[in-house]
Amino acid sequence: MLEVLGDNSWMAGAVLLATWETIYMVLISTVLSYLFGLPLGIILVTTADNHIMENRVLNRILGSIVNAARSIPFIIFLILVIPLTRFLIGTPIGTVASIVPLTLAAIPFVARIVETSLKEIDQGLIEAAISMGANARQIIGKVLLPEATPSLLLGVAITAINLVGYSAMAGIVGGGGLGTLAYYYGYQRYEDTVMWITVIVLIVLVQGMQMLGDNLANKIVNKRR
Amino acid sequence: MIEIKNLSKIYFASGHEVLALDDVSLTVKKGEIFGIIGLSGAGKSTLIRCINMLEKPTQGSIAVDGREITLLDQQELRLARQKIGMIFQQFNLLSSRTVFDNVMFPLEITRVQRPEATKRVQELLELVGLTDKAGMYPAQLSGGQKQRVGIARALANDPKLLLSDEATSALDPQTTRAILKLLKDINRQLNLTILLITHDMNVIKEVCDRVAVIDNSRIVEVGDVLEIFSNPQTPTSHSFVNAVISRDVPVELLHSSTEHGGDTASKLVRVSFIGASAGKPLISSMIRRYNVDVNIIYGNIDRIKDTPYGNLTLEVLGHPGLLQEALDYLRGQGLEIEVLRNA
Repeated sequence: MLEVLGDNSWMAGAVLLATWETIYMVLISTVLSYLFGLPLGIILVTTADNHIMENRVLNRILGSIVNAARSIPFIIFLILVIPLTRFLIGTPIGTVASIVPLTLAAIPFVARIVETSLKEIDQGLIEAAISMGANARQIIGKVLLPEATPSLLLGVAITAINLVGYSAMAGIVGGGGLGTLAYYYGYQRYEDTVMWITVIVLIVLVQGMQMLGDNLANKIVNKRR
Repeated sequence: MIEIKNLSKIYFASGHEVLALDDVSLTVKKGEIFGIIGLSGAGKSTLIRCINMLEKPTQGSIAVDGREITLLDQQELRLARQKIGMIFQQFNLLSSRTVFDNVMFPLEITRVQRPEATKRVQELLELVGLTDKAGMYPAQLSGGQKQRVGIARALANDPKLLLSDEATSALDPQTTRAILKLLKDINRQLNLTILLITHDMNVIKEVCDRVAVIDNSRIVEVGDVLEIFSNPQTPTSHSFVNAVISRDVPVELLHSSTEHGGDTASKLVRVSFIGASAGKPLISSMIRRYNVDVNIIYGNIDRIKDTPYGNLTLEVLGHPGLLQEALDYLRGQGLEIEVLRNA
């Protein structure tokens, strides 16, 4: 790649730094969004009608909040949470600051994706566990999560890939990473090369994440087959 | 072991009330294998699921080992369920766990110490004959092997009662027999009470001591299996019994008879024999004693659980007076005689 750049070899450093920033943002916000989204998804599933912690009121309230949060376009979400970001991080600008809107936007997404994975589990397995005298925590920890692991891993890949896209959007409003690079050099300074390199790096990133997710999920499925 | 009194269950499905169980009362004795047979939709599945409260009864009481199960709180119910094993038609094994870890699962729930639990799992796998499959995943097993894992898992916490929810309905006849034999062995070895539901009278015939016939949400007949097989009281029981052993005589036989002279009478009779009398040469001694002729129309010998059971349809010809005596002789020997046609 470096030869193509010719005199513009400074770009290599900029692209590498921006790539690292993007990976960093996506990684941290994926982890954080699962920290909150996974329990939320579990609650959404288990409080549904005829499930192990049936609670119609809680289920409807959480469901509505998740839906509301998911209806806000990310670009608007970015601006909406600026006061919160400033409060938590001290500034709304930069890589670390971007983690706040990225995480917040991903939590409801993660909750729904986790919910979908856990819903696929055969009711018979849950009933078998109930018939053995398992409590809700044991059913979640020993039945729901282990049975859904391949599907949950694919969900992580989808979430991370989504966050790559979101992080690029955050980059345009000063979030750092590949988005900022493409915007500053590609859009404002007409450096097409930078923009194309950014696009290629993004494609490689997304491709890699999907492959990683697929491989891990397949490995588990094959072991159980 | 189980005492069900006036149990009713009403479902509410899309604004409609559906009566799944209608005033069911039933007693299952300690150590017996009790079968409940019914067509799909008769309510048998709801009934068995009420016993460990997978379904909440609308009315009535269920006592398991003297304890009223419908009145327990969540925690008490969990503890009670740990002592009631259950096996399922679809096996319901965890695909994420090996055979060994599937059997370990209930022991994790009851928090049995690891070394003790490991030893217990090994014993159970030996009991069901799957020691060599311990490291395999359920997807790598045949249906029969999966059900063996299910049985080992259900026995892990030393239950007093085993509930079997159509456990052999997804298996071929040969595998079904092997699984039923395993249940019979377990019942004997562990003195474990087994309550099973099925739509297959063969299952009842093979393993059950007593049976209840359920039809349209009600229990229509309860009794010893031999009794129901030899003398079904209701049309539902009759059709279940006939599905396994043919008792009906073709209509044309009822109306035709062998040519015989004026001083000879003919009777078409069904002779049923159970247990010991099946071994004696009673028919030939009747022929010799009363000088009658016998035309064998149809015969069948079967085994109900461990007792031989047979029935013969005979046309008996002879002097009218002697004919009656001949049949009384057979009755006197403990055979059940049913006259199907007089001529």
